[in-house]
Amino acid sequence: MNNDVAIQVANLSKYYGQLLAVDHISFTVGRGELFGFLGPNGAGKTTTVRMLTGVVIADEGSASILEYKAGSLKAKQVTGVVPEMANAYADLSGWDNLMLMAELYGIPASVARERGISLMQEMGLYPRKHSLVKTYSKGMKQRLILCMALVSDPEVLFLDEPTSGLDVQSARLIKDLLQSLNAKGKTIFLTTHDMDEANQLCDRVAIIDKGNIVAIDAPEKLRMATSGMHSVEVSFDNMVSPEVLANIPGVNAVKKLGDKYRLYTANPGELVVSLANYSSSHGLKVISLNILVPSLEDAFVALTEKETEHA
Amino acid sequence: MPETALVREQMRRSLVIARKDIRIYYSKGPVIIFGVLFPVFLFLSFTIGRHLSVDFMIPGLLGMVLFFTATSISPIVVPWEAQAKTLERLMSCPVRIETIIVGDILASFAFGLGISLVPIILGLFLGITVASPLIFAIAVILAALCFASLGPVFSIPPTNLPATINMIASVVKFPVVFISGIFIPLDELPAWGQAVAYISPLTYFTDIARYSIQGRGHLPVAVDLLALLAFTSLFLVVALKLHQKTMPRRI
Repeated sequence: MNNDVAIQVANLSKYYGQLLAVDHISFTVGRGELFGFLGPNGAGKTTTVRMLTGVVIADEGSASILEYKAGSLKAKQVTGVVPEMANAYADLSGWDNLMLMAELYGIPASVARERGISLMQEMGLYPRKHSLVKTYSKGMKQRLILCMALVSDPEVLFLDEPTSGLDVQSARLIKDLLQSLNAKGKTIFLTTHDMDEANQLCDRVAIIDKGNIVAIDAPEKLRMATSGMHSVEVSFDNMVSPEVLANIPGVNAVKKLGDKYRLYTANPGELVVSLANYSSSHGLKVISLNILVPSLEDAFVALTEKETEHA
Repeated sequence: MPETALVREQMRRSLVIARKDIRIYYSKGPVIIFGVLFPVFLFLSFTIGRHLSVDFMIPGLLGMVLFFTATSISPIVVPWEAQAKTLERLMSCPVRIETIIVGDILASFAFGLGISLVPIILGLFLGITVASPLIFAIAVILAALCFASLGPVFSIPPTNLPATINMIASVVKFPVVFISGIFIPLDELPAWGQAVAYISPLTYFTDIARYSIQGRGHLPVAVDLLALLAFTSLFLVVALKLHQKTMPRRI
Protein backbone atom coordinates (compact mmCIF):
# COMPACT_ATOMS: atom_id res chain seq x y z
CA MET A 1 0.00 0.00 0.00
CA ASN A 2 1.09 3.54 -0.69
CA ASN A 3 2.60 5.15 2.42
CA ASP A 4 0.79 8.37 1.59
CA VAL A 5 -2.56 6.68 2.11
CA ALA A 6 -4.07 6.82 5.61
CA ILE A 7 -7.46 5.25 4.91
CA GLN A 8 -8.15 2.83 2.08
CA VAL A 9 -11.65 1.56 1.41
CA ALA A 10 -12.43 -1.02 -1.28
CA ASN A 11 -15.92 -2.26 -2.13
CA LEU A 12 -17.12 -1.84 1.44
CA SER A 13 -20.74 -2.92 1.95
CA LYS A 14 -23.15 -3.31 4.80
CA TYR A 15 -26.62 -4.83 4.83
CA TYR A 16 -29.20 -4.35 7.56
CA GLY A 17 -31.57 -7.19 6.77
CA GLN A 18 -32.65 -6.58 3.18
CA LEU A 19 -31.50 -2.96 3.21
CA LEU A 20 -28.18 -2.27 1.54
CA ALA A 21 -27.02 0.58 3.79
CA VAL A 22 -23.57 0.95 2.21
CA ASP A 23 -23.19 -0.20 -1.37
CA HIS A 24 -19.67 -1.30 -2.39
CA ILE A 25 -18.01 2.06 -1.77
CA SER A 26 -14.34 2.68 -2.52
CA PHE A 27 -12.14 5.68 -1.77
CA THR A 28 -8.83 6.64 -0.24
CA VAL A 29 -7.86 9.36 2.20
CA GLY A 30 -4.30 10.65 2.12
CA ARG A 31 -2.10 11.03 5.17
CA GLY A 32 -2.55 14.46 6.69
CA GLU A 33 -5.75 15.05 4.76
CA LEU A 34 -8.89 16.55 6.28
CA PHE A 35 -11.55 14.56 4.49
CA GLY A 36 -15.23 15.44 4.68
CA PHE A 37 -17.95 12.79 4.38
CA LEU A 38 -21.29 14.36 3.52
CA GLY A 39 -24.70 12.96 2.88
CA PRO A 40 -28.35 13.28 3.81
CA ASN A 41 -29.80 11.42 6.80
CA GLY A 42 -29.74 7.67 6.27
CA ALA A 43 -27.23 7.91 3.43
CA GLY A 44 -24.76 5.54 5.10
CA LYS A 45 -22.29 8.00 6.67
CA THR A 46 -22.42 6.68 10.22
CA THR A 47 -22.47 3.05 9.10
CA THR A 48 -19.31 3.72 7.07
CA VAL A 49 -17.59 5.34 10.05
CA ARG A 50 -18.64 2.45 12.27
CA MET A 51 -17.18 -0.06 9.82
CA LEU A 52 -13.94 1.90 9.62
CA THR A 53 -13.65 2.17 13.40
CA GLY A 54 -14.42 -1.52 13.94
CA VAL A 55 -17.69 -1.07 15.80
CA VAL A 56 -19.76 -2.68 13.04
CA ILE A 57 -18.54 -5.54 10.85
CA ALA A 58 -18.65 -5.03 7.07
CA ASP A 59 -20.48 -7.67 5.06
CA GLU A 60 -18.31 -7.25 1.98
CA GLY A 61 -15.18 -5.42 0.93
CA SER A 62 -12.19 -4.31 2.92
CA ALA A 63 -10.78 -1.24 4.60
CA SER A 64 -7.48 -0.37 6.19
CA ILE A 65 -6.21 2.37 8.46
CA LEU A 66 -2.50 3.12 8.10
CA GLU A 67 -2.01 -0.31 6.56
CA TYR A 68 -3.80 -2.11 9.41
CA LYS A 69 -7.08 -3.91 8.78
CA ALA A 70 -9.93 -1.64 9.89
CA GLY A 71 -11.34 -2.88 13.17
CA SER A 72 -8.14 -4.67 14.20
CA LEU A 73 -6.56 -3.77 17.53
CA LYS A 74 -3.61 -2.16 15.71
CA ALA A 75 -5.93 -0.01 13.60
CA LYS A 76 -7.90 1.01 16.69
CA GLN A 77 -4.66 1.83 18.54
CA VAL A 78 -3.73 4.49 15.94
CA THR A 79 -7.28 5.85 15.70
CA GLY A 80 -9.22 8.36 17.77
CA VAL A 81 -13.01 8.34 17.48
CA VAL A 82 -15.75 10.82 18.24
CA PRO A 83 -18.86 8.73 17.54
CA GLU A 84 -22.21 10.24 16.66
CA MET A 85 -24.30 10.84 19.80
CA ALA A 86 -21.69 9.19 22.02
CA ASN A 87 -21.62 9.95 25.69
CA ALA A 88 -18.92 10.01 28.28
CA TYR A 89 -19.67 8.19 31.55
CA ALA A 90 -22.04 10.56 33.34
CA ASP A 91 -21.16 9.20 36.81
CA LEU A 92 -17.44 9.81 36.37
CA SER A 93 -15.71 13.17 36.32
CA GLY A 94 -14.37 14.58 33.07
CA TRP A 95 -10.83 13.84 34.23
CA ASP A 96 -11.66 10.23 35.17
CA ASN A 97 -13.26 9.69 31.76
CA LEU A 98 -10.11 10.97 30.13
CA MET A 99 -7.82 8.79 32.23
CA LEU A 100 -10.07 5.76 31.60
CA MET A 101 -9.63 6.27 27.87
CA ALA A 102 -5.86 6.64 28.29
CA GLU A 103 -5.73 3.35 30.22
CA LEU A 104 -7.78 1.58 27.55
CA TYR A 105 -5.24 2.77 24.96
CA GLY A 106 -2.35 1.67 27.19
CA ILE A 107 -0.95 5.19 27.58
CA PRO A 108 1.53 5.49 30.48
CA ALA A 109 -0.04 7.37 33.40
CA SER A 110 2.48 10.26 33.43
CA VAL A 111 2.02 10.87 29.67
CA ALA A 112 -1.76 10.61 30.04
CA ARG A 113 -1.80 13.16 32.86
CA GLU A 114 0.32 15.61 30.88
CA ARG A 115 -1.83 15.24 27.75
CA GLY A 116 -5.03 15.35 29.78
CA ILE A 117 -4.13 18.65 31.40
CA SER A 118 -3.09 20.16 28.08
CA LEU A 119 -6.23 18.97 26.24
CA MET A 120 -8.62 20.05 28.98
CA GLN A 121 -6.98 23.48 29.12
CA GLU A 122 -7.20 23.83 25.33
CA MET A 123 -10.88 22.82 25.37
CA GLY A 124 -11.72 25.09 28.30
CA LEU A 125 -12.64 22.18 30.59
CA TYR A 126 -9.76 22.28 33.05
CA PRO A 127 -11.53 24.32 35.76
CA ARG A 128 -14.34 21.70 35.78
CA LYS A 129 -12.14 18.64 35.40
CA HIS A 130 -13.26 17.06 38.69
CA SER A 131 -16.99 17.73 38.13
CA LEU A 132 -19.16 14.77 37.22
CA VAL A 133 -19.96 14.67 33.51
CA LYS A 134 -23.69 14.69 34.29
CA THR A 135 -23.23 18.32 35.38
CA TYR A 136 -21.62 19.30 32.04
CA SER A 137 -23.49 21.16 29.29
CA LYS A 138 -23.89 19.50 25.87
CA GLY A 139 -21.03 21.58 24.47
CA MET A 140 -18.75 20.63 27.37
CA LYS A 141 -19.61 16.94 26.92
CA GLN A 142 -18.77 17.09 23.23
CA ARG A 143 -15.48 18.87 23.95
CA LEU A 144 -14.70 16.20 26.54
CA ILE A 145 -15.43 13.43 24.02
CA LEU A 146 -13.01 15.10 21.63
CA CYS A 147 -10.39 15.22 24.42
CA MET A 148 -11.05 11.50 25.04
CA ALA A 149 -10.44 10.79 21.35
CA LEU A 150 -7.19 12.76 21.41
CA VAL A 151 -5.64 11.56 24.67
CA SER A 152 -3.92 8.69 22.83
CA ASP A 153 -2.45 11.19 20.31
CA PRO A 154 -3.93 9.22 17.36
CA GLU A 155 -2.61 9.46 13.81
CA VAL A 156 -6.11 9.23 12.36
CA LEU A 157 -9.17 10.87 13.83
CA PHE A 158 -12.77 9.95 12.97
CA LEU A 159 -15.43 12.47 13.90
CA ASP A 160 -19.11 11.80 13.28
CA GLU A 161 -21.07 15.07 13.36
CA PRO A 162 -18.84 16.56 16.07
CA THR A 163 -20.43 20.01 16.06
CA SER A 164 -24.04 18.99 15.54
CA GLY A 165 -26.38 20.95 17.81
CA LEU A 166 -23.59 22.76 19.65
CA ASP A 167 -23.45 26.40 20.69
CA VAL A 168 -21.36 28.69 18.51
CA GLN A 169 -18.40 28.87 20.93
CA SER A 170 -18.10 25.11 21.36
CA ALA A 171 -18.42 24.53 17.61
CA ARG A 172 -15.80 27.19 16.94
CA LEU A 173 -13.44 25.69 19.52
CA ILE A 174 -13.76 22.23 17.98
CA LYS A 175 -13.29 23.53 14.42
CA ASP A 176 -10.19 25.49 15.46
CA LEU A 177 -8.76 22.41 17.14
CA LEU A 178 -9.41 20.29 14.04
CA GLN A 179 -7.60 22.82 11.89
CA SER A 180 -4.65 22.91 14.25
CA LEU A 181 -4.50 19.10 14.42
CA ASN A 182 -4.61 18.91 10.66
CA ALA A 183 -1.82 21.47 10.43
CA LYS A 184 0.25 19.13 12.63
CA GLY A 185 -0.24 16.36 10.07
CA LYS A 186 -3.10 14.39 11.60
CA THR A 187 -5.48 12.69 9.19
CA ILE A 188 -9.07 13.67 9.92
CA PHE A 189 -12.20 11.95 8.62
CA LEU A 190 -15.13 14.22 9.33
CA THR A 191 -18.77 13.47 8.69
CA THR A 192 -20.98 16.52 8.82
CA HIS A 193 -24.28 17.98 7.71
CA ASP A 194 -22.84 21.45 7.86
CA MET A 195 -21.82 22.50 4.36
CA ASP A 196 -20.07 25.63 5.56
CA GLU A 197 -18.06 23.56 8.00
CA ALA A 198 -17.05 21.11 5.24
CA ASN A 199 -16.25 23.99 2.92
CA GLN A 200 -14.09 25.76 5.49
CA LEU A 201 -12.26 22.73 6.86
CA CYS A 202 -11.97 19.96 4.29
CA ASP A 203 -9.29 19.36 1.68
CA ARG A 204 -11.66 16.98 -0.12
CA VAL A 205 -15.19 15.83 0.44
CA ALA A 206 -17.06 12.70 -0.54
CA ILE A 207 -20.82 12.85 -0.96
CA ILE A 208 -22.67 9.65 -0.16
CA ASP A 209 -26.30 9.08 -0.96
CA LYS A 210 -28.32 5.88 -0.54
CA GLY A 211 -25.14 4.02 0.28
CA ASN A 212 -23.31 5.12 -2.89
CA ILE A 213 -20.52 7.65 -3.27
CA VAL A 214 -21.86 10.16 -5.80
CA ALA A 215 -18.88 12.51 -5.85
CA ILE A 216 -15.42 12.95 -4.37
CA ASP A 217 -13.45 16.11 -4.94
CA ALA A 218 -12.19 19.33 -3.40
CA PRO A 219 -15.15 21.46 -2.19
CA GLU A 220 -14.26 24.25 -4.61
CA LYS A 221 -14.06 21.89 -7.57
CA LEU A 222 -17.37 20.31 -6.65
CA ARG A 223 -19.01 23.71 -6.51
CA MET A 224 -17.62 24.80 -9.84
CA ALA A 225 -18.37 21.48 -11.53
CA THR A 226 -22.04 21.76 -10.75
CA SER A 227 -23.14 22.91 -14.20
CA GLY A 228 -26.25 24.99 -14.45
CA MET A 229 -26.10 25.87 -10.76
CA HIS A 230 -24.68 29.39 -11.29
CA SER A 231 -27.29 31.98 -10.61
CA VAL A 232 -28.08 35.66 -10.79
CA GLU A 233 -30.15 37.27 -8.07
CA VAL A 234 -32.10 40.29 -9.24
CA SER A 235 -34.78 42.61 -7.90
CA PHE A 236 -36.78 45.21 -9.82
CA ASP A 237 -38.72 48.29 -8.74
CA ASN A 238 -41.94 46.64 -9.98
CA MET A 239 -43.38 43.14 -9.78
CA VAL A 240 -42.40 40.86 -12.66
CA SER A 241 -43.96 37.50 -13.35
CA PRO A 242 -41.52 34.56 -12.83
CA GLU A 243 -42.89 33.01 -16.04
CA VAL A 244 -41.75 36.05 -18.00
CA LEU A 245 -38.27 35.88 -16.47
CA ALA A 246 -38.10 32.17 -17.27
CA ASN A 247 -38.45 33.07 -20.97
CA ILE A 248 -35.32 35.22 -21.00
CA PRO A 249 -32.64 33.39 -23.06
CA GLY A 250 -30.16 31.44 -20.92
CA VAL A 251 -32.42 31.07 -17.87
CA ASN A 252 -32.73 27.43 -16.73
CA ALA A 253 -34.98 27.99 -13.72
CA VAL A 254 -36.46 30.80 -11.62
CA LYS A 255 -36.97 30.87 -7.87
CA LYS A 256 -38.77 33.71 -6.09
CA LEU A 257 -37.08 34.71 -2.85
CA GLY A 258 -39.06 37.47 -1.14
CA ASP A 259 -38.82 40.56 -3.37
CA LYS A 260 -35.97 39.01 -5.37
CA TYR A 261 -35.69 36.38 -8.07
CA ARG A 262 -32.92 33.86 -8.39
CA LEU A 263 -32.34 32.92 -12.02
CA TYR A 264 -30.29 29.75 -12.59
CA THR A 265 -28.06 29.72 -15.66
CA ALA A 266 -25.01 28.12 -17.17
CA ASN A 267 -23.71 31.52 -18.29
CA PRO A 268 -24.21 34.28 -15.72
CA GLY A 269 -22.32 36.92 -17.76
CA GLU A 270 -24.67 36.65 -20.74
CA LEU A 271 -27.70 36.58 -18.44
CA VAL A 272 -26.68 39.89 -16.83
CA VAL A 273 -26.63 41.49 -20.28
CA SER A 274 -30.02 39.94 -21.11
CA LEU A 275 -31.49 41.24 -17.86
CA ALA A 276 -30.17 44.73 -18.52
CA ASN A 277 -31.77 44.65 -22.00
CA TYR A 278 -35.02 43.27 -20.60
CA SER A 279 -35.30 45.94 -17.89
CA SER A 280 -34.60 48.83 -20.25
CA SER A 281 -37.02 47.53 -22.89
CA HIS A 282 -39.79 47.08 -20.28
CA GLY A 283 -39.19 50.31 -18.36
CA LEU A 284 -38.04 48.51 -15.23
CA LYS A 285 -35.35 49.70 -12.84
CA VAL A 286 -32.93 47.13 -11.44
CA ILE A 287 -32.73 47.62 -7.63
CA SER A 288 -30.05 45.01 -7.02
CA LEU A 289 -28.19 42.41 -9.06
CA ASN A 290 -25.73 39.80 -7.78
CA ILE A 291 -23.96 36.94 -9.51
CA LEU A 292 -23.88 33.89 -7.24
CA VAL A 293 -21.52 30.96 -7.66
CA PRO A 294 -22.98 27.63 -6.49
CA SER A 295 -22.35 26.80 -2.84
CA LEU A 296 -21.23 23.40 -1.66
CA GLU A 297 -24.80 23.00 -0.46
CA ASP A 298 -26.04 23.59 -4.02
CA ALA A 299 -23.59 20.98 -5.26
CA PHE A 300 -24.71 18.60 -2.51
CA VAL A 301 -28.39 19.09 -3.33
CA ALA A 302 -27.77 18.74 -7.07
CA LEU A 303 -25.73 15.58 -6.68
CA THR A 304 -28.08 13.89 -4.24
CA GLU A 305 -31.15 14.89 -6.27
CA LYS A 306 -29.51 13.49 -9.39
CA GLU A 307 -29.01 10.23 -7.49
CA THR A 308 -32.69 10.23 -6.49
CA GLU A 309 -33.76 10.74 -10.15
CA HIS A 310 -31.53 7.84 -11.25
CA ALA A 311 -33.09 5.64 -8.58
CA MET B 1 3.08 -8.47 19.17
CA PRO B 2 3.31 -12.09 20.37
CA GLU B 3 -0.02 -13.63 21.35
CA THR B 4 0.92 -13.97 25.05
CA ALA B 5 1.89 -10.31 25.30
CA LEU B 6 -1.33 -9.39 23.52
CA VAL B 7 -3.38 -11.49 25.95
CA ARG B 8 -1.59 -9.86 28.91
CA GLU B 9 -2.27 -6.42 27.48
CA GLN B 10 -5.95 -7.20 26.88
CA MET B 11 -6.19 -8.67 30.41
CA ARG B 12 -4.87 -5.38 31.81
CA ARG B 13 -7.55 -3.55 29.83
CA SER B 14 -10.18 -5.96 31.18
CA LEU B 15 -9.10 -4.90 34.67
CA VAL B 16 -9.50 -1.25 33.64
CA ILE B 17 -13.05 -2.04 32.45
CA ALA B 18 -13.75 -3.95 35.69
CA ARG B 19 -12.59 -0.98 37.76
CA LYS B 20 -14.80 1.31 35.69
CA ASP B 21 -17.80 -1.01 36.23
CA ILE B 22 -17.22 -1.14 39.98
CA ARG B 23 -17.00 2.64 40.21
CA ILE B 24 -20.02 3.31 38.04
CA TYR B 25 -22.39 0.42 38.69
CA TYR B 26 -21.44 -1.42 41.88
CA SER B 27 -20.20 1.24 44.33
CA LYS B 28 -23.67 2.61 44.88
CA GLY B 29 -25.26 2.36 48.31
CA PRO B 30 -28.60 1.02 47.01
CA VAL B 31 -26.87 -1.65 44.86
CA ILE B 32 -24.84 -2.91 47.84
CA ILE B 33 -27.76 -2.80 50.27
CA PHE B 34 -30.11 -4.47 47.79
CA GLY B 35 -27.38 -7.04 47.00
CA VAL B 36 -27.45 -8.16 50.65
CA LEU B 37 -31.06 -7.50 51.64
CA PHE B 38 -32.85 -9.13 48.71
CA PRO B 39 -31.38 -12.65 49.06
CA VAL B 40 -31.50 -12.40 52.87
CA PHE B 41 -35.21 -11.58 52.93
CA LEU B 42 -36.00 -14.15 50.24
CA PHE B 43 -34.10 -16.73 52.26
CA LEU B 44 -35.78 -15.77 55.54
CA SER B 45 -39.23 -15.96 53.97
CA PHE B 46 -38.64 -19.66 53.22
CA THR B 47 -36.82 -20.62 56.41
CA ILE B 48 -38.46 -18.76 59.28
CA GLY B 49 -40.63 -21.05 61.36
CA ARG B 50 -38.96 -24.24 60.10
CA HIS B 51 -36.62 -24.57 63.12
CA LEU B 52 -33.56 -25.11 60.92
CA SER B 53 -30.07 -25.17 62.40
CA VAL B 54 -27.60 -22.36 61.73
CA ASP B 55 -25.26 -24.94 60.18
CA PHE B 56 -27.98 -25.75 57.64
CA MET B 57 -29.07 -22.17 57.05
CA ILE B 58 -25.71 -20.45 56.47
CA PRO B 59 -24.58 -22.56 53.45
CA GLY B 60 -27.95 -21.92 51.80
CA LEU B 61 -27.89 -18.23 52.62
CA LEU B 62 -24.32 -17.93 51.37
CA GLY B 63 -25.23 -19.72 48.13
CA MET B 64 -28.17 -17.40 47.54
CA VAL B 65 -26.25 -14.22 48.34
CA LEU B 66 -23.36 -15.23 46.12
CA PHE B 67 -25.66 -16.31 43.29
CA PHE B 68 -27.86 -13.21 43.36
CA THR B 69 -25.08 -10.64 43.83
CA ALA B 70 -22.71 -12.11 41.25
CA THR B 71 -25.52 -12.14 38.67
CA SER B 72 -27.22 -8.88 39.72
CA ILE B 73 -25.52 -6.18 37.64
CA SER B 74 -23.44 -8.04 35.05
CA PRO B 75 -26.41 -8.93 32.82
CA ILE B 76 -27.45 -5.30 32.45
CA VAL B 77 -24.09 -3.54 32.04
CA VAL B 78 -23.90 -4.08 28.28
CA PRO B 79 -27.52 -3.07 27.47
CA TRP B 80 -27.18 -0.18 29.90
CA GLU B 81 -24.06 1.07 28.16
CA ALA B 82 -25.66 0.65 24.75
CA GLN B 83 -28.67 2.66 25.93
CA ALA B 84 -26.47 5.34 27.54
CA LYS B 85 -24.43 5.58 24.30
CA THR B 86 -21.15 4.73 25.99
CA LEU B 87 -20.78 1.28 24.44
CA GLU B 88 -19.83 2.53 20.97
CA ARG B 89 -17.03 4.62 22.46
CA LEU B 90 -15.80 1.58 24.40
CA MET B 91 -15.98 -0.69 21.34
CA SER B 92 -13.94 1.73 19.26
CA CYS B 93 -11.08 1.52 21.78
CA PRO B 94 -8.31 -1.02 21.14
CA VAL B 95 -10.05 -3.73 23.14
CA ARG B 96 -11.61 -6.96 21.95
CA ILE B 97 -15.25 -7.71 22.66
CA GLU B 98 -13.99 -10.56 24.87
CA THR B 99 -11.95 -8.00 26.82
CA ILE B 100 -15.10 -5.98 27.55
CA ILE B 101 -17.04 -9.07 28.67
CA VAL B 102 -14.16 -10.36 30.82
CA GLY B 103 -13.98 -6.91 32.44
CA ASP B 104 -17.71 -7.08 33.24
CA ILE B 105 -17.26 -10.60 34.66
CA LEU B 106 -14.31 -9.53 36.83
CA ALA B 107 -16.31 -6.65 38.32
CA SER B 108 -19.20 -8.97 39.06
CA PHE B 109 -16.81 -11.55 40.53
CA ALA B 110 -15.29 -8.96 42.89
CA PHE B 111 -18.74 -7.70 43.92
CA GLY B 112 -20.05 -11.23 44.57
CA LEU B 113 -16.95 -12.15 46.53
CA GLY B 114 -17.10 -8.98 48.62
CA ILE B 115 -20.79 -9.31 49.48
CA SER B 116 -20.43 -13.04 50.26
CA LEU B 117 -18.32 -12.01 53.25
CA VAL B 118 -21.53 -10.73 54.91
CA PRO B 119 -23.17 -14.19 55.39
CA ILE B 120 -19.77 -15.77 56.14
CA ILE B 121 -19.08 -13.25 58.92
CA LEU B 122 -22.68 -13.58 60.12
CA GLY B 123 -22.26 -17.37 60.25
CA LEU B 124 -18.98 -17.13 62.17
CA PHE B 125 -20.66 -14.69 64.58
CA LEU B 126 -23.50 -17.21 65.08
CA GLY B 127 -20.99 -19.92 65.92
CA ILE B 128 -20.54 -21.98 62.74
CA THR B 129 -17.15 -23.58 62.15
CA VAL B 130 -15.62 -24.19 58.78
CA ALA B 131 -14.15 -27.66 58.82
CA SER B 132 -12.28 -27.34 55.50
CA PRO B 133 -11.32 -23.67 55.11
CA LEU B 134 -9.17 -24.21 52.01
CA ILE B 135 -11.83 -26.16 50.12
CA PHE B 136 -14.42 -23.64 51.30
CA ALA B 137 -12.33 -20.69 50.06
CA ILE B 138 -11.70 -22.37 46.69
CA ALA B 139 -15.41 -23.13 46.37
CA VAL B 140 -16.45 -19.54 47.17
CA ILE B 141 -13.96 -18.13 44.65
CA LEU B 142 -14.89 -20.65 41.95
CA ALA B 143 -18.61 -20.16 42.52
CA ALA B 144 -18.25 -16.36 42.39
CA LEU B 145 -16.46 -16.72 39.05
CA CYS B 146 -19.04 -19.21 37.80
CA PHE B 147 -22.04 -17.03 38.68
CA ALA B 148 -20.28 -13.88 37.42
CA SER B 149 -19.75 -15.66 34.08
CA LEU B 150 -23.42 -16.57 33.95
CA GLY B 151 -24.45 -12.87 34.14
CA PRO B 152 -23.32 -11.90 30.63
CA VAL B 153 -24.99 -15.02 29.20
CA PHE B 154 -28.33 -13.40 30.07
CA SER B 155 -27.41 -10.27 28.11
CA ILE B 156 -26.56 -12.05 24.86
CA PRO B 157 -29.88 -11.10 23.14
CA PRO B 158 -29.06 -7.76 21.48
CA THR B 159 -31.73 -5.68 23.15
CA ASN B 160 -30.74 -2.39 24.71
CA LEU B 161 -33.50 -2.49 27.31
CA PRO B 162 -32.06 -3.48 30.70
CA ALA B 163 -35.59 -4.35 31.89
CA THR B 164 -35.92 -7.04 29.20
CA ILE B 165 -32.59 -8.59 30.18
CA ASN B 166 -33.55 -8.42 33.86
CA MET B 167 -36.74 -10.29 33.06
CA ILE B 168 -34.81 -12.99 31.18
CA ALA B 169 -32.36 -13.27 34.11
CA SER B 170 -35.17 -13.50 36.67
CA VAL B 171 -36.93 -16.24 34.72
CA VAL B 172 -33.79 -18.34 35.11
CA LYS B 173 -32.47 -17.20 38.49
CA PHE B 174 -35.54 -17.73 40.67
CA PRO B 175 -36.25 -21.35 39.64
CA VAL B 176 -32.52 -22.13 40.04
CA VAL B 177 -32.69 -21.11 43.71
CA PHE B 178 -35.52 -23.58 44.35
CA ILE B 179 -33.87 -26.57 42.66
CA SER B 180 -30.41 -26.22 44.17
CA GLY B 181 -30.76 -27.79 47.59
CA ILE B 182 -30.93 -24.48 49.41
CA PHE B 183 -34.27 -24.93 51.11
CA ILE B 184 -34.52 -28.73 50.87
CA PRO B 185 -31.35 -30.85 51.16
CA LEU B 186 -30.50 -32.88 48.05
CA ASP B 187 -30.81 -36.14 50.07
CA GLU B 188 -34.47 -35.37 50.74
CA LEU B 189 -35.33 -34.65 47.09
CA PRO B 190 -36.98 -37.38 44.97
CA ALA B 191 -34.91 -38.85 42.15
CA TRP B 192 -36.40 -36.56 39.53
CA GLY B 193 -35.75 -33.56 41.84
CA GLN B 194 -32.11 -34.57 42.18
CA ALA B 195 -31.80 -34.95 38.41
CA VAL B 196 -33.14 -31.41 37.96
CA ALA B 197 -30.82 -30.14 40.72
CA TYR B 198 -27.76 -31.39 38.86
CA ILE B 199 -28.35 -28.95 36.00
CA SER B 200 -27.90 -26.01 38.39
CA PRO B 201 -24.37 -24.78 39.21
CA LEU B 202 -25.70 -23.45 42.52
CA THR B 203 -26.37 -27.06 43.62
CA TYR B 204 -22.66 -27.87 43.57
CA PHE B 205 -21.66 -24.78 45.52
CA THR B 206 -24.37 -25.37 48.14
CA ASP B 207 -23.18 -28.95 48.44
CA ILE B 208 -19.53 -27.92 49.06
CA ALA B 209 -20.66 -25.23 51.51
CA ARG B 210 -22.66 -27.85 53.42
CA TYR B 211 -19.66 -30.20 53.36
CA SER B 212 -17.38 -27.42 54.67
CA ILE B 213 -19.77 -26.24 57.40
CA GLN B 214 -21.97 -29.25 58.25
CA GLY B 215 -19.22 -31.79 57.59
CA ARG B 216 -21.23 -33.77 55.03
CA GLY B 217 -22.19 -33.28 51.41
CA HIS B 218 -24.34 -35.18 48.95
CA LEU B 219 -21.66 -35.47 46.28
CA PRO B 220 -17.90 -35.93 46.52
CA VAL B 221 -16.10 -32.56 46.81
CA ALA B 222 -14.07 -33.27 43.68
CA VAL B 223 -17.28 -33.74 41.68
CA ASP B 224 -18.68 -30.45 43.03
CA LEU B 225 -15.49 -28.57 42.15
CA LEU B 226 -15.25 -30.13 38.70
CA ALA B 227 -18.90 -29.36 38.03
CA LEU B 228 -18.39 -25.72 39.04
CA LEU B 229 -15.32 -25.56 36.82
CA ALA B 230 -17.24 -27.10 33.91
CA PHE B 231 -20.15 -24.65 34.32
CA THR B 232 -17.70 -21.72 34.55
CA SER B 233 -16.00 -22.80 31.32
CA LEU B 234 -19.33 -23.30 29.58
CA PHE B 235 -20.69 -19.88 30.62
CA LEU B 236 -17.42 -18.17 29.67
CA VAL B 237 -17.28 -19.76 26.22
CA VAL B 238 -20.95 -19.06 25.50
CA ALA B 239 -20.76 -15.45 26.74
CA LEU B 240 -17.52 -14.63 24.92
CA LYS B 241 -18.48 -16.29 21.63
CA LEU B 242 -22.06 -15.05 21.40
CA HIS B 243 -21.39 -11.48 22.52
CA GLN B 244 -18.97 -11.24 19.61
CA LYS B 245 -21.92 -11.80 17.32
CA THR B 246 -24.54 -9.73 19.14
CA MET B 247 -22.61 -6.76 20.55
CA PRO B 248 -22.15 -5.01 17.16
CA ARG B 249 -25.91 -5.37 16.62
CA ARG B 250 -26.58 -3.21 19.68
CA ILE B 251 -25.05 -0.16 17.99
